[in-house]
Amino acid sequence: MAIDIDTARKVAKLARIRVEEGDLPALADKLSGILGFMEQLNEVDVTGVEPMTSVTPMRLKSRADVVTDGDIQGQVLKNAPDAREGFFAVPKVVE
Amino acid sequence: MTAKVTGANSWTIAAARDALRKGEISAVDLTMSCLTAIDAGDALNAFVWKTPEIALEQARAADARIAGGDVPAMCGIPLGIKDLFCTKGVPSQAASNILKGFRPEYESTVTSKLFDAGAVMLGKLNMDEFAMGSSNETSCYGNVVNPWQRQGSNVQLTPGGSSGGSASAVAADLCLAATGTDTGGSIRQPAAFTGIVGIKPTYGRVSRWGIVAFASSLDQAGPMTKTVRDAAIMLGAMAGHDPKDSTSADIPVPDFEAALTGDIRGKVIGIPREYRLDGMPQEIEALWLQGIAMLKGAGAEVRDISLPHTKYALPAYYVIAPAEASSNLARYDGVRYGHRAQLSAGDGITEMYEKTRAEGFGPEVQRRIMIGTYVLSAGFYDAYYNRARKVRALIKRDFERVFADGVDAILTPATPSAAFGLGEMSEADPIQMYLNDIFTVTVNLAGLPGIAVPVGLDRQGLPLGLQLIGRPWEEGPLLNCAHVLESSAGFVAKAKKWW
Repeated sequence: MAIDIDTARKVAKLARIRVEEGDLPALADKLSGILGFMEQLNEVDVTGVEPMTSVTPMRLKSRADVVTDGDIQGQVLKNAPDAREGFFAVPKVVE
Repeated sequence: MTAKVTGANSWTIAAARDALRKGEISAVDLTMSCLTAIDAGDALNAFVWKTPEIALEQARAADARIAGGDVPAMCGIPLGIKDLFCTKGVPSQAASNILKGFRPEYESTVTSKLFDAGAVMLGKLNMDEFAMGSSNETSCYGNVVNPWQRQGSNVQLTPGGSSGGSASAVAADLCLAATGTDTGGSIRQPAAFTGIVGIKPTYGRVSRWGIVAFASSLDQAGPMTKTVRDAAIMLGAMAGHDPKDSTSADIPVPDFEAALTGDIRGKVIGIPREYRLDGMPQEIEALWLQGIAMLKGAGAEVRDISLPHTKYALPAYYVIAPAEASSNLARYDGVRYGHRAQLSAGDGITEMYEKTRAEGFGPEVQRRIMIGTYVLSAGFYDAYYNRARKVRALIKRDFERVFADGVDAILTPATPSAAFGLGEMSEADPIQMYLNDIFTVTVNLAGLPGIAVPVGLDRQGLPLGLQLIGRPWEEGPLLNCAHVLESSAGFVAKAKKWW
């Protein structure tokens, strides 16, 4: 299925990646090419096949529901581009 | 003081281990020899962060340990670490501008285990951005250069990707071995392009904790080494259950080196007919036939097999991997770590996300995130993502059937060609680059162990490798088979030093 410019714009929006209007045609073209390649999957008869969820069948372990760490605010914020008063700072979210 | 030994950077792990234990060299001298080689190898652009202070401190600690008689196999062994591994206090940015300045406050499980065993970190190694690429041309640090060149040519070649820095560093003797990661072939393809050994273990054998995630259901870390024996030694130190990775298997780690008996008599080697591609270079075909003859000569039974869904592995992979990547990479939003874009007046949080991600991610990563976003979006989820997961189940079933029929390992080419020139594929569409993974992706989709072994040189003097695929959790027998192939091939060629 070919991706048109509107779909490319929508996908970029969903992915939260800014794409300039002038770059959309080239992007749509590249994405269409890749999706065209995936169309081969339609040749496969998948009737009755369950989608794979785990490649190595194993029972996931459970653990006790207890706090195992904490009090590492400084470490958590260490790499933040903008941290103030013990919090991550971002532009205003609510008017 | 031990006598200075020159050229120790070119040693294998096994040779260095034995020399360290006998006191023939110190870990500090061994490390110095690598640090010198690294400084002389800047033209390869393999090491992107050098950590000589950490290396020498770890080497001194290793020497103290050796003096005390406590010598695990990896004690004092100098390694390069792929930039995808989080290393405490040392830049770890997955070769992406979006993680610029990121210094983790924690250590990945794999590097912790290696350091606990006494290994020495020489620095961080270049790679494709977020491990997305097959030529190491998508890195924010620039291209890695393959130490190998075509005879009579000085054209710079790719070391492959995504673990291209690891491959180049090991092949050029800048370190004894390196860590790599493999989501669709990222250990095995660069190993084949540089004439070294690389193994992707069974999914779940090695903890993924602290490794920057690309596609979580496919990613596995593994060693990239000069020999199969070294791969066995280093894998033993990397593997094991980790409560911090719920998909890591809680099963014992066998002594992989002890599995290298050299005896594969009676073992059944499958040759999948679907891996014979139209237009495959004659040299690859010939190499494959040589490999078959070598294993036969060692007493193995060779059998033609069929893996009927092979053709669909690449399209299934390029749905599943981007889908998982789009989800994993959603965390890079300019809030908690890494890059944040400069905002204009009036910009809100959405503009912050969009500008940050547009500036921080390179074109290939952006493309894959968007493909992943598309195949997971309402209306397309079933048609693409679920269908790909069903095809993945069929690909795994193909392997289960041949293993149930008594096949012990499968022999295939590792790559469809030898290393190509840097920039040679820049005009090609992305699919052309994806085709590099054609022999390797099936293994990730099925969660199996796979190893690339150097077997010969092509007409232009470039290394070519073969791949062996094993049964789940049977890395030991797989390594043994690879060891036989390695011994029969007798591959000893090295890149001519031009850097």
